[in-house]
Amino acid sequence: MKRLQNVWKDKVAVLSLSIITVTTMAGIFAPFVAPHDPAEVHMELRFASASWEYLLGNDHLGRCVLSRLIYAIRPSMLWVFVALLLSVFIGSIVGVLAGYFRGKTDAFLMRVCDVVLSFPGYVMILAIIGILGVGFENLIIAFVLMKWAWFARIIRTSVMQYTESDYVKFAKAIGSSNMAIMIRHIVPVALPDIAVISSSSFGSMILQISGFSFLGLGIQAPEAEWGMMLNEARDVMFSRPEFMLAPGLTIVIVVSAINYLSDALQVALDPKLMTSTYKQQGLEAASTVKLEGKGVA
Amino acid sequence: MLSVECVEKSYGRGGLFSREREHVLKNISFECKSGECLGIIGESGSGKSTLGRLLLGIEKPDRGAILFEGKKVEDRKGRTGNISAVFQDYTSSINPLYTVEDAIREPLQMKRKGREDVRSEIDHLLSQVGLDSSYRKKYPHELSGGEAQRVCIARAISTEPRFILFDEAISSLDGSVQMQVLELLKDLRKRYKIGYIFITHDIQAAAYICDRVMIIRNGEIEEIVKVEQLKDVQSAYTKKLLQMIIA
Repeated sequence: MKRLQNVWKDKVAVLSLSIITVTTMAGIFAPFVAPHDPAEVHMELRFASASWEYLLGNDHLGRCVLSRLIYAIRPSMLWVFVALLLSVFIGSIVGVLAGYFRGKTDAFLMRVCDVVLSFPGYVMILAIIGILGVGFENLIIAFVLMKWAWFARIIRTSVMQYTESDYVKFAKAIGSSNMAIMIRHIVPVALPDIAVISSSSFGSMILQISGFSFLGLGIQAPEAEWGMMLNEARDVMFSRPEFMLAPGLTIVIVVSAINYLSDALQVALDPKLMTSTYKQQGLEAASTVKLEGKGVA
Repeated sequence: MLSVECVEKSYGRGGLFSREREHVLKNISFECKSGECLGIIGESGSGKSTLGRLLLGIEKPDRGAILFEGKKVEDRKGRTGNISAVFQDYTSSINPLYTVEDAIREPLQMKRKGREDVRSEIDHLLSQVGLDSSYRKKYPHELSGGEAQRVCIARAISTEPRFILFDEAISSLDGSVQMQVLELLKDLRKRYKIGYIFITHDIQAAAYICDRVMIIRNGEIEEIVKVEQLKDVQSAYTKKLLQMIIA
């Protein structure tokens, strides 16, 4: 937890974190936050502009755009997060085992990863959806199946570098078991790397899943999803371009927030920032920030 | 106490299917008595660090055996608490997320002692290596090279092992600190009666602290000689090595 305190010093990171938290909360509590039922059709309100009752207007079936946007957080962000966690989890296990044991274990696991990675990603996802059928769950399964190998490769490289270090050698010499070494020394030290890798690919995964929904391969109507909302607005792209704005901007803002936060995490999780005299340093940093602020003013 | 019998080690070179192997250690046999300090001297690439890893039981020899009190050293349970090590690179010797206290606690926990015992023991160990208890909460990157190496020594002696392996442990420190650490090691050896195996390329340091030195070259033992008899060594290579220091 001490490590996360470093994030608070970075203003962009705090802003990004609050955007992500608010969005997540809104997604989880969508029925309480959304002003209307997202599937409620009002044909008399087709393409209505923003009004006090419907803050972002109504779509081609007269459904409330804001409510749909809020409900869409669940598949677009929360389920993508679950898919990310699953693939990072599988990737970490494979990567840590390969990077720690090396030799034959490493060669075998990495050849498996190579095989998975040598299929073209998009085509494979399309193929898996083709086999399992169109649907959001199948899209998520396809993503997990395709993504873990990439995480495994990257995590292995980072783990390898820590396995070389002398504190691991020492732990081996005094007779710690391999399991204990992995839990005590490898995973905690590699965790910042894993967090940064996964958070930076979170953004691209949201974009990809939205992309598949845009193509009509992911979530099915009448459920809402950001990519699908874009697709629905595409029909009226030239007559009512503002309908692309709401889902488009939401994607851009959320993905940028995630990318900025992952940058900040990278800095904040550096163990060299940890000090025994933490509070003192924090105060010093705060006072220099103030001084700089005055200089600018 | 520690006996090495006809040990050979080679590493595969090239890719997965390559049969080419590099012979790193050839037919190494020697013995180290309890409480003795044995220096292992050799140039870079002579195989001395590989020998060190084998002695610690981290890697297995291809042929031959390394026995610690009659048991194979690769056997984890047999060596727990009896063997310890200090390494060259003090920047990576301590887990960067650990405080000094956590680092020293790690080997102590292997012996399953009570919490209070461990706390007082850490203070005692720190004072043994000339550090005070204010160091307990520090992180490794806040320590200087000499301090970090002292913490590593405290960690190594914490379980009161039968022998400690020093793999180039003082080579990365500068002159005066090297001397302080050597003095400390000499002093600790008297107090705890621990055997040292001192891997180094520095003959002077080895001569200062060791009882016997073993000169190793291209993976083979050139000569094992008592420090007092270092003047009248037999092999040409060792003579040349000594000549270089005197000159």
